[in-house]
Amino acid sequence: MSLNPMVLLFGESVSDQIVPPRGNAAWLTGLASGAMAFIAVFALTLSLAVGRLADYWSLDLARTATVQIVAEGEDLTAQSEAALRVLRTSPGVASAEIIDKSEQLALLEPWLGSNLPVDTLPIPLMIDVRYNADGPDVDSLKLRLSAEAPGANFDNHSQWRAPVLEASQRLRLLVALSLALTAVITVIIVVLSANNALASNQNIIRTLRLLGARDSYIAGAFVRRITMRSTIGAVLGMVLAMIAVVSFPSQPEANGLLSGMTLSGADWIYPIFVPILVGVSAFAASRLAARYQLHSVT
Amino acid sequence: MISLNNAGFSYGDRAILKDVNQELAPGSFHFLTGPSGAGKTTLLKMCYLSLMPNSGALEVLGQDVTKLSREQITQMRRRIGVVHQDCQFLNHLSIRQNIALPLLVAGKNIEDNMDNLEDLLSWVDLSHRADAFPEEISGGERQRLALARAVIMDPDMIVADEPTGNVDWEMGQRVLTLLVELNKMGKTILLATHDLNLIRSIKGRVPASVLRLKAGQLSLAGAKL
Repeated sequence: MSLNPMVLLFGESVSDQIVPPRGNAAWLTGLASGAMAFIAVFALTLSLAVGRLADYWSLDLARTATVQIVAEGEDLTAQSEAALRVLRTSPGVASAEIIDKSEQLALLEPWLGSNLPVDTLPIPLMIDVRYNADGPDVDSLKLRLSAEAPGANFDNHSQWRAPVLEASQRLRLLVALSLALTAVITVIIVVLSANNALASNQNIIRTLRLLGARDSYIAGAFVRRITMRSTIGAVLGMVLAMIAVVSFPSQPEANGLLSGMTLSGADWIYPIFVPILVGVSAFAASRLAARYQLHSVT
Repeated sequence: MISLNNAGFSYGDRAILKDVNQELAPGSFHFLTGPSGAGKTTLLKMCYLSLMPNSGALEVLGQDVTKLSREQITQMRRRIGVVHQDCQFLNHLSIRQNIALPLLVAGKNIEDNMDNLEDLLSWVDLSHRADAFPEEISGGERQRLALARAVIMDPDMIVADEPTGNVDWEMGQRVLTLLVELNKMGKTILLATHDLNLIRSIKGRVPASVLRLKAGQLSLAGAKL
């Protein structure tokens, strides 16, 4: 293995060393990019979680319904059998099963506690209805149920599913907007950093020009330095954000927004794009700033 | 090498140089002298293409400088070595790296020039300080460093602005000796100084002429040295 004299002479990066490594802007650029990447990964995770929630509301719950039967004694048994018969013979219904007492208690436990004497409460009998791909004709199903099981209330969740779905979609839009603003702020920070670096090194720029350096060479050195700092900062920010996401209490089966604040499966690939995008943005923004600044240095 | 034909320069309404006419032949040695504020630095800046004349014509290395593109100016600057009184270095780079800087910005392979680099360090007697930084060396060493940096690209011409202004007599003589050696190698030297003793000390070493700049006008002063 031969040692490259250029590396021995100038270290890892030959031409990049013309940019002094000192200055507040040096570490502020990395810190700001890291913070932006952290926020971006978090916003991305939130966006994906909201997306999953929206899918749940729009797809999963749209294919289910609940039938409540309010009756007592033999009437309850007769009406539940009638309702089950109607449901199971209706086209578009894949299954209709009575939710047993233990399942009902489990559903109520978070709200009423475990020590409540639920046997004494007038809890209606509930039937969980699942649709097949086509789904039933809900209006005619309601008519048949009201005729054969008058105590049955058909609920396809539409009353409360629609506003929740709309809210989740708006939240997703807001998160997307936050991501866009994060990108804009990152670009602004990089432009300010590039301007600062170039403005505080005008003597070096003049000296390099005097030695026969092209502006593209000088700009390239500054752009590479700023892009590298931003990208390294963004990678660190991404890693920290992913650690934070991993350590977030997660119960995906609950399908709630807070309990679903995690990444799953292929979602873990998306954060990797954050430092790449920060790097590309830093490159473009610093290049633009460098060209403008160099043009103004006589 | 350099041809000034009624060349003039002014900052706004203030004329610094007026109708300057002079020819500097290739391989010649010239002192440029004159009182402070006479325009010596302005004239030198025009010669190393840092400033362009406002009027008249200026040819450097056979090229009309007013017609050069940005890229051509960059290429021309690589053929002119410049030494300042307040030498401008990249203080975060070592002496060796500063000398190699012109090679680096020109995209030359430093590996191919390592021998040349070490020879130059030895020539200016800075081999023992090669890994030091510019702020760690003396004024005289800085001038020699500037000279080594100015010649590493093997330029056709050396333009030096008061290179001995901040150093003692002995060090000034060492710098002058290096410039004389370069002139004997065929380089054109244009050296601005107000030190008449320095000018006199060259007598008998190389043929040189003294150009005097006064009130923006350039004239040949006295006999050739």
